[in-house]
Amino acid sequence: MREITLSQAVNEAIAEEMRRDPTVFLLGEDVAEAGTPFKVLSGLVEEFGTQRVIDTPISEPGFMGLAVGAAMTGARPIVDLMFGDFIFLVMDQLCNQAAKIHYMSGGKLNVPLVLRTNMGATRRSAAQHSQSLQALVAHIPGLKVAMPSSAYEAKGLMKTAIRDNNPVVIFEDKLMYQDKAPVPEEEYLIPFGVANIKREGTDITLIATSSMVQVAEKAAELLAAEGISAEVIDPRTIVPLDEATLLESVRKTSRAIVIDEGHQSYGITAEIASRLNEKAFYHLDAPVLRMGAMDVPVPFSPALEDVTVPTPEGVAANARKLCAGELIHAA
Amino acid sequence: MSPAKKTNSADYLRMYRQMVRIRTFEDNANQLYLSAKMPGLTHMYSGEEAVAVGICEALTDDDRITSTHRGHGHCVAKGADFKQMFCELLGKAEGYCRGKGGSMHIADQSHGNLGANAIVGGSMGIATGSALRAKLMGQDDVTVCFFGDGATAQGLLYEVMNMAALWKLPVIYACENNGYSEYTKTEEIAAGSITARAEAFGIEAHRIDGQDVLAVNELTQKLVARCRKGEGPFFIELETYRYHGHHVGDINRAYYRSKDEEKDWKENRDPIIRFRSWLVEQGIASEEEIEAMNAEVEKDAAEAVAYAEAAPYPDVSEVDMHVYAA
Ligand SMILES: Cc1ncc(C[n+]2csc(CCOP(=O)(O)OP(=O)(O)O)c2C)c(N)n1
Ligand SMILES: [Mg+2]
Repeated sequence: MREITLSQAVNEAIAEEMRRDPTVFLLGEDVAEAGTPFKVLSGLVEEFGTQRVIDTPISEPGFMGLAVGAAMTGARPIVDLMFGDFIFLVMDQLCNQAAKIHYMSGGKLNVPLVLRTNMGATRRSAAQHSQSLQALVAHIPGLKVAMPSSAYEAKGLMKTAIRDNNPVVIFEDKLMYQDKAPVPEEEYLIPFGVANIKREGTDITLIATSSMVQVAEKAAELLAAEGISAEVIDPRTIVPLDEATLLESVRKTSRAIVIDEGHQSYGITAEIASRLNEKAFYHLDAPVLRMGAMDVPVPFSPALEDVTVPTPEGVAANARKLCAGELIHAA
Repeated sequence: MSPAKKTNSADYLRMYRQMVRIRTFEDNANQLYLSAKMPGLTHMYSGEEAVAVGICEALTDDDRITSTHRGHGHCVAKGADFKQMFCELLGKAEGYCRGKGGSMHIADQSHGNLGANAIVGGSMGIATGSALRAKLMGQDDVTVCFFGDGATAQGLLYEVMNMAALWKLPVIYACENNGYSEYTKTEEIAAGSITARAEAFGIEAHRIDGQDVLAVNELTQKLVARCRKGEGPFFIELETYRYHGHHVGDINRAYYRSKDEEKDWKENRDPIIRFRSWLVEQGIASEEEIEAMNAEVEKDAAEAVAYAEAAPYPDVSEVDMHVYAA
């Protein structure tokens, strides 16, 4: 199968959906001629014109609001938010407006929009361009949240997001834009709420999102060399969450680590870990561990930044301890 | 440019030197980036020196500024030291922010620089709040809020200008209009006039050539004095130009601005060349004295770079220091 980059995969998904559905349009900063600073959207303005690929001023709350209004009245906007950190600027329009309108209107109004943005540290971009803020939006009922872990997922999830009748937030890891993966030429969609078992195993389950899937897979390799068999699962969407697949795996392995690049505290990892505790308690041989980014703003200095995120070695070390029963009575 | 005032020679020479320090700092920073010694992402101030220097030379260390993602120039102009700046850019422990901030967050508390900001428009509230504090606490310092033309699209500006005008706060909004917001021309993202935005709130607004350091400095001195008397806020739009790409990686720019345009600004409107000829014409400095000053600045910069390259990174134990104040 051909291989394309995550960036090309996103571009293809959007182009295909724009060809299929004339109500789909894009708006954001420098999305047209520049094709975004990451060049993910290059070529779209040439095909679809400036009526459907719209450069906006640096007015995030403003254009987010425009997208909500356009979505409520028959269009399917895709909002491009250059950095995930800027989600704080659009929170009111996204969380007080987009997320609640279907519900508040008793199901009469829909807000079919996609907010595509990014996450991920270790790019030396410092505290305001490196955050992984998926937990903030996952907390708000009414929003769906997708976290592609490769080009294949990026394409299939984006197409599903565009066709969904709800506001969907997609977080792409900005370090993965140039990563290649096999992506079929034929059309496909990836349904929301269906996890992907990336690797089967019997001793421990590693549940990981976005680029942390690669970290978990590398950890699984390290563990395999020592005779520990790790299962790696990518939930693909955080909301909705494929609880059944996660529970089934944990009932089999009896141990789990949940890995996500958001901050360790009050995050995605805590939510998943507590669901496993609530629903698979009697199957567990050890506490479910959370591994997130340290609870510090992302530091600029490479010497500091690299220690803030989960690594394959760190995941493997924790897995070893869980398998050896070392953390059962951890203080 | 207007004729020199006899008594001001030392001030003029310091202004020249500060502009050269910014240009030299940026040349070195660019080189560090291109040779992959500098991590992350950075935005060069080269070309806009007269704005930062003209304004900051009208301020004291007690006056505050807020800066932007394109902030090295503001930092130097407000009095920062090369060594600590380069250390910060390289993420070293002796940097102004102990390596935690980097290029986009450099702050220099000792000279009243409240910090660069990686959120466009992110400092508008901070600057206005600093001015509110001065007024409430009966202090006579002034705060200058630097931001770009692109940042005028942020709604926050209109909220804080309204309050600043209602409460007569000692703040000067300094809009550095360099013609572009990333890869987009200002006229494509800003409807109407920029100064009229401030005037709508009853704020006195000026539009000025940002490549003329004396004009910028004279205007700012007047406005700062009036701010101290309770006549603020004010708004200045400074027409200027950035010589490099939006950020250091923005090399192929032809699709959004022409080489001829860049050449015209660099050759015909350069703030340093213009001021240098004026200094010579007015007999304030000779060509030799100027060359000597340039060489001295270059030497300072080279030493600071070497120092920063050799300096240690912060110890890993610092990673969770400074999350909360004691
Ligand atoms: C809230 C926010 N939106 C977008 C960006 C990305 N961005 C960084 S600089 C910039 C352009 C800023 O233009 P301007 O204010 O004119 O300043 P200049 O770069 O020209 O100095 C943009 C869009 C950001 N950092 N913050
Ligand atoms: Mg600009």
